[in-house]
Amino acid sequence: MVMATPMLLGVRHHGPGSARAVRRALSACRPEIVLVEGPPEADPLVDLAGHEDMRAPVALLGYAAAAGAARAPGAAGPSRPNVRTANQPVAFWPLAEFSPEWQAIRWAAANEVPVRFIDLPVAVRLAIDSVEHQRPVPAGIRVDPIAALAEAAGYDDPERWWEDAIEHRLSDADAPGTDVDQVTALAPFAAIAEAMRAVRASNPPQPGPEGLDQERREASMRRALRAAVKEYDRVAVVCGAWHVPALSDPLPPANADASTLRGLPKIRVTMTWVPWTHARMASALGYGAGVSAPGWYHHLFTAPDHPVARWLVRAAAVLRRNGTAVSSDHVIEATRLSETLATVRGRPLAGLAEVTEAARAVLCDGDELRLALINRRLVVGDRLGRVPETTPGVPIVRDVSAAQRRLRLPPDPLPREIDLDLRREIDLERSRLLHRLLLLGIEWGQTLPQRRGLGTFWESWRLGWQPEFAVDLVAAGTYGTTVPDAAAARVAELATAAASLADVTTLVERCLLADLAAGLPGLLAALRERVALDHDVAHLMEALPALARTLRYGDVRNTDTGALREAATGLVTRICVGLPGALCGLDERAARAMRERVDAVHASIGLLDDAEAATRWRETLGSLAAVERTPSDRTAPGAPGTPHGLLAGRLNRLLLDGGVLDADEARRRMRLTLTIGVPAEYAAAWVEGFLAGDGRLLVHDERLLHLVDEWITSIPQASFTEVLPLLRRTFSGYSAPERRMIGERAAHLGRGGGYEQPGAEPIDADRGGPMLVTVARLLGWPHAG
Amino acid sequence: MTEADTGPDPASSIQRRHAEDEYAAELAALAASDDPPRPPGWKLSPAAVITYLLGGTTEAGTPITPKYIGQRRLMEVAVATLATDRALLLLGVPGTAKTWVSEHLAAAISGDSSLLVQGTAGTPEEAIRYGWNYARLLAEGPSAAALVESPVLRAMSRGSLARVEELTRIPSDVQDSLITILSEKTLPIPELGGERLARKGFNVIATANDRDRGVNELSSALRRRFNTVVLPVPSNVDEEVDIVSRRVAALGRSLDLPDLPPAADEIHRVVTVFRELRSGMTEDGRSRLKSPSGTLSTAEAISVVTGGWALAAHFGDGRLRAADIADGMVGAVVKDPASDRIVWQEYLETVVREREGWRDFYRAARDIR
Repeated sequence: MVMATPMLLGVRHHGPGSARAVRRALSACRPEIVLVEGPPEADPLVDLAGHEDMRAPVALLGYAAAAGAARAPGAAGPSRPNVRTANQPVAFWPLAEFSPEWQAIRWAAANEVPVRFIDLPVAVRLAIDSVEHQRPVPAGIRVDPIAALAEAAGYDDPERWWEDAIEHRLSDADAPGTDVDQVTALAPFAAIAEAMRAVRASNPPQPGPEGLDQERREASMRRALRAAVKEYDRVAVVCGAWHVPALSDPLPPANADASTLRGLPKIRVTMTWVPWTHARMASALGYGAGVSAPGWYHHLFTAPDHPVARWLVRAAAVLRRNGTAVSSDHVIEATRLSETLATVRGRPLAGLAEVTEAARAVLCDGDELRLALINRRLVVGDRLGRVPETTPGVPIVRDVSAAQRRLRLPPDPLPREIDLDLRREIDLERSRLLHRLLLLGIEWGQTLPQRRGLGTFWESWRLGWQPEFAVDLVAAGTYGTTVPDAAAARVAELATAAASLADVTTLVERCLLADLAAGLPGLLAALRERVALDHDVAHLMEALPALARTLRYGDVRNTDTGALREAATGLVTRICVGLPGALCGLDERAARAMRERVDAVHASIGLLDDAEAATRWRETLGSLAAVERTPSDRTAPGAPGTPHGLLAGRLNRLLLDGGVLDADEARRRMRLTLTIGVPAEYAAAWVEGFLAGDGRLLVHDERLLHLVDEWITSIPQASFTEVLPLLRRTFSGYSAPERRMIGERAAHLGRGGGYEQPGAEPIDADRGGPMLVTVARLLGWPHAG
Repeated sequence: MTEADTGPDPASSIQRRHAEDEYAAELAALAASDDPPRPPGWKLSPAAVITYLLGGTTEAGTPITPKYIGQRRLMEVAVATLATDRALLLLGVPGTAKTWVSEHLAAAISGDSSLLVQGTAGTPEEAIRYGWNYARLLAEGPSAAALVESPVLRAMSRGSLARVEELTRIPSDVQDSLITILSEKTLPIPELGGERLARKGFNVIATANDRDRGVNELSSALRRRFNTVVLPVPSNVDEEVDIVSRRVAALGRSLDLPDLPPAADEIHRVVTVFRELRSGMTEDGRSRLKSPSGTLSTAEAISVVTGGWALAAHFGDGRLRAADIADGMVGAVVKDPASDRIVWQEYLETVVREREGWRDFYRAARDIR
């Protein structure tokens, strides 16, 4: 069986029916060489595809060999619009079990037939992409030729047309062991070639980069084809259906193609196989292959018989695992419905649309949530690919494995918890690695609330290595070749995309935790810009705590924080200016949110250790707390001009705790608030703000307790029921012993017996002195003693 | 009294005719050119039933008006379900054309949409199984003549479709009497010592309200006999305007309202208001709104426009104006006098007032307090 012309197998990329047809055609015609649409640099990798440990879905990855070191990704400022193009150029060719190209490669490997990839070299492609600033297109589809054919046949969905017209008709004869003669095996491909010729004739190549790209690729394919035809008699070509007419006889003169390909730019590239997932093949995701239902295609390709019934049985199993009772009768009825539906729609066999409708109506009782579960688990699926150990590694993956070995932190899938002491170099390195991987979206470690000690140098993690991380890591490789480079580039991208100020400050914190000095300058620029533009004091207040924590822990992690301190001080100034306006005219809920913010800022100011900022904050609080309620705003507790009672009380409490306000003044203000002239709700809110959180004040200051007691007894009966819940809320926040002690105190109020007045006994300075010195030493005050 | 006294033609004096009578011409035209095989007991093939529901033209060129405007796949699933002799459960919030679809399905498939059980909290078992003519029962003892057949039993003997409206309102024990009918396709009548077997073509279409799910949840045994199709609210303004205009025109004809010039603008306005309040967001997606307690279905939009039409025709200048629809609109939106009124006021003041070209509607609606 001598073939005069090469056999051209035009396929639909990732079409299971095409894959079967290709396999059938190859075993019927037994070519001496198989040419596959793909990057020629992958030729040496073909042997690995036949390896027993190789499991689809996998992807061919091509990346610039020496790019990472030459370019510092951190240099890409956040103002640059498309940070990704500044990174390492890469290209992926995902292949699933049901991809015709994969089946061709596997067939060739099993039959020891050589395989050559015939597309434009990835070296050229990446070089052109970096010049023209375009994303690499993994699988080239210029115009969707199938869509044109489907439209002509009256289909609205090209996928369905292909399924009806080609795949369902082709797969009939595909029983194992059936010998198909060459003519039958090649007939569908002849028909497709004919159709494509018509489509291409009515769609002449577009001028511009797209048309040019297609010309180059097809020139490259023809060159490889000519070379193969000279060496072998029987040549098979597996390529996208679109390219078949360009490769058919008579081929144009070789020197025309040579001149098309002459002088194209090139960079050094490396190629390898990487594992892939079905989820990543789905079109919605980054380097997707445009396959919206990889799980369904895989099922169609692998199911030996009764694809519809088997599919619905699997769907029922998914639902049962999630606690929905689905009986065999349901499956029977769903199968009947999908077949009837196919008949009603005039289709030869039920497709994904029909089984989905049947699953919705019968298995899910019309419930979209359950259907979404089937979609996620089955239609997309969670199949994960695997590559042999001997596959050349991807730089970032090598970097991570090297770090894992060096830091003695093996990628163990079983979750375990570790505590890191950041004073030790190795633990610090571990922490950095985990934080950097988190920034890259690889959640190997989860930070836990501190379990050991109270020091800031302890960090607790829960580790669990998921197999998909290998794929995520490869995808993260688009940001850089090493973990720090990639993480820094990712930070720059996130900073540009950050929606709010708080997002940026969180990022600053994460960046410092990950010790990414390279990413910091760009981040701070973004931070300054957002601080200047943000008018909402609430946002500014939310941004401060993360910055303050960062500054505090920067010391532990040996990071330089000068610029950050400047940013934080600026933030405090802006907050102080805007605070008076922000506290007024709030309703109950807004006041509660604001109280949390005020508390957080107050705590952050303490962390900042900046005398000037602290003074400014205290003064702002002082002036706000001193605003007295005038009789005119008696009506509404949240009337403009005065802070909400809750906040007024809270501010006074903060000042009292900070020693700015003396106890007598605090009592005076409280007495003033708790008089008959002030509405009871306002007073209750004030009391809550003042007393909430810590009950010791009431335990130890009997005069305050007395005031509260007096006020409660003087509330008129009508308003008492309204005030009671507010009071309960205040007091329920105290710990049980505190409540008990306050209760005891209140019981003895006015009786004078049992308890002594606090402060009645003078403090003995001589006996207390040495203790104070010791406490000061413990706290690390150098001037004490 | 002669027929001349009641009207020129008894058929035209009927307030609302059954679907199979109203659209008899279309059904006949479809049947005439209906080649594909029909399931046993069906008057039309599944493909022809879908054409009848979604509209189109017959092979002979007779135009078929669309009865259901919405996704084709829903009707395909519904028809395919009935073709597999499984019972069909139409779910949806009120006013999503559940009853409408079930009536037309019955009309197209069996040529008879009148075998109807209206579900209420008081629906007795007799409404689904059979009852007795007690005078006869006492006089003659149990006999076929003393039996009072339910619509379901009649459908079984005729081999046609029975409809059960508001299935979830029916008490659970009564609901469950459907199980034997649906699974065994037979109804034992122990009093007569026999049973009634269903002829081919018998099936049940039930409708139930999504919001009522808690009322009388179907038992899982019964649920299993049904395929479920959820009818959604219309997906966009144009679709909903289309539905409202078609129905209003059809209703206007059957209510003998004086002809009015088409009022696409006002219909668009009603639909916009209903959609915005229903979804809790303005159509441009910029501002959030509170939703009133009612469902604001398409059916209510239709009745608002029809009401406005009647007002305009009888009391107005013959054109549908903002003032004509404002009254019905407030009535449709404000179901709960306390909370819905606030929602409506807020909507008027924040959205309607600012909207270009809606000044007349704002004034008219504001005056109704």
